[in-house]
Amino acid sequence: MTTGPTVGRRTPNAVETVGDQPNKRRRRGGSLWSWLVFVAGFLYFFVPLLATFEFSLRAKPAFAAYTGAFANPHFVSSLAFSFVAGVLTIVVSVVLIVPTAFWVRLRLPRLRPYVEFVTLLPFVIPPVVLVFGLIRVYSRPPLPLTNSELGSNVLLVAAYVVLSLPYMYRAVDTGLRSIDVQSLTEAAQSLGASWLTILWSVIFPNLRVALLSGAFLTLAIVIGEFTIGNFLARPAFGPFLSQLGNDEAYQPAAVSLISFGLTWAAMGMIAFIGRGTRGRIQIVGAH
Amino acid sequence: MTFLALQGVQKHFGAFTAVQDFNLDVERGEFVSFLGPSGCGKTTTLRMIAGFELPTAGTISVDGTDITYRSPNQRNVGMVFQSYALFPNMTAAENIGFGLKVRKLPAAAIRKRVDELLELINLSGKETRYPYQLSGGMQQRVALARALAIEPQVLLLDEPLSALDAKIRISLRNEIRSIQRQLGITTVYVTHDQEEALSLSDRVVVMSEGRIEQVGTPFEIYNFPRTSFVARFVGTLNVLTATVVDAAAGRVEVGGQPIRAAGPIGGARTGDTVSVALRPEIMSLSEGAIGSNQLRGSIDDITFLGAIVRIRIRLAGEDAGAGSSVAAGAGSGAGAGAGAGTVVFDTFNNPHLAVPQRGGSVTLWFPPEACLLLEQSSAAAPDPVAEDSLAG
Repeated sequence: MTTGPTVGRRTPNAVETVGDQPNKRRRRGGSLWSWLVFVAGFLYFFVPLLATFEFSLRAKPAFAAYTGAFANPHFVSSLAFSFVAGVLTIVVSVVLIVPTAFWVRLRLPRLRPYVEFVTLLPFVIPPVVLVFGLIRVYSRPPLPLTNSELGSNVLLVAAYVVLSLPYMYRAVDTGLRSIDVQSLTEAAQSLGASWLTILWSVIFPNLRVALLSGAFLTLAIVIGEFTIGNFLARPAFGPFLSQLGNDEAYQPAAVSLISFGLTWAAMGMIAFIGRGTRGRIQIVGAH
Repeated sequence: MTFLALQGVQKHFGAFTAVQDFNLDVERGEFVSFLGPSGCGKTTTLRMIAGFELPTAGTISVDGTDITYRSPNQRNVGMVFQSYALFPNMTAAENIGFGLKVRKLPAAAIRKRVDELLELINLSGKETRYPYQLSGGMQQRVALARALAIEPQVLLLDEPLSALDAKIRISLRNEIRSIQRQLGITTVYVTHDQEEALSLSDRVVVMSEGRIEQVGTPFEIYNFPRTSFVARFVGTLNVLTATVVDAAAGRVEVGGQPIRAAGPIGGARTGDTVSVALRPEIMSLSEGAIGSNQLRGSIDDITFLGAIVRIRIRLAGEDAGAGSSVAAGAGSGAGAGAGAGTVVFDTFNNPHLAVPQRGGSVTLWFPPEACLLLEQSSAAAPDPVAEDSLAG
């Protein structure tokens, strides 16, 4: 096993896998500056949350916005819909991306820049362009998917898979970098394993942490996504929230906060399940 | 009886030739090492036997069956990697049992075999440890057990000890050899460490620039190197530039001092320059038999290496900058570090050893048969000597 620096990723942090290595340079002299930056960052994240919370409390009687939100049947159903869509997106993108990234790393390293370019396209092409393209192509034969509920749902998940590409691919690629893919594959091959066995019993288990990071981001994106869900007329959470914003004053703020909490809870749950039996693999190569 | 046969195997990567015309027959149960500097094609050859690379030309067969184009997972060849390549998500026992699980053996049979192997590699009781909980040496033993679990026809080891520290390297080396003998498994071992190759192998294949330089027992390789590359690469060597005085009688001069080789110098005429190689351990300060060669000089440096004391001598009549050098074989550890006009020789240490003083005059004695005559251009294209050795 190469002694790749896989240490310190015990709690999979989504941000960590997306960008390059987090800049953890500690300068003794600059401690005042680091505190200033920290406080600025803290305020940047939490002031809007606090403001939203404060606003949501203005509804009378106290917490009416929250009770009203829970009383709204569309709230739970749309959130559940988006959550299921998110889980399906994760499954599809993992099945699509892990073998691709594995193969590119093992056999076609020259293609890596191209694959990376493709996975970054969702950053360049706005979702609205994507969804109109999809609707144009799939609203007529030979594949009139938009004509049925199921078809539209398939389109929705497919579009979400595209949106999740940059995050998922980066996460998987980083994960693959931390294991000696070639040697592990060759070792498994010489022991008689087929490609499927190699992927299933060697590559996937060792990518657990990376996959979790990718899954977190994907879930977060899907839960908050508006454009695609809206134009495909799916009862997703984003469109629901937007509609609520038109109809009510205080409830949208409450719902935003609740969904924020629920998304974090869902991530925590995935992390908890993921820790499971073989959480120890994260320390591989630590000596 | 030939068990593993490589015939006319070649490998090109684009315009680069990694392996050219490799012919080798390995007997059943034989331990063969591929020895050479990095980039000499030894690992590529091993990877072709394993099936990770396809030869550009030639055939590879095991027990009479052509496996040249068989995929790696159909070959029944065990492989041990320099980086161990243990599956990080599996315990030691799961790693060892992986190949058997792939073969869909019943769980009880797998457990039995894994237990046997854990005992063989002295790791009983460590079966539930994950690779990161084991030391490097233990990890490599697990990797060895994993490769052996599938009862491979051929065991391949790719520099398995390079990542380990010196002490573990030697103990594991002996362990590998004893397990190999015990199981009688045909083994190919790749290394750039001559000591490893010489101490482990039944036969050593010395390689350079994609071709075989010499195939022979460790004894032959060390004592009778057939090319100048082999002589320089294996062991430590003093290479002296000498002028031919009488080719037929094998007489030459080194810095004006006459010495004599055991036989005639083929293809050289009086006045030609030849290279004479001398092993450090073959020379002595005590007077040799009649007919021995002598070289006078002064002691330049003394290096204490524990069991051995290595003494560097500046030859009389040799200016600094003129003609001799020391080629230290890769991995010989003790950097001889002699400059031009000097030779190094070794003497065994003992508490009563009278270590000579620096600057003192001495005479070195060595028999004529200790002089290995090297052809001048060591970087020549495939030389006839190397070609001959392939036939054997």
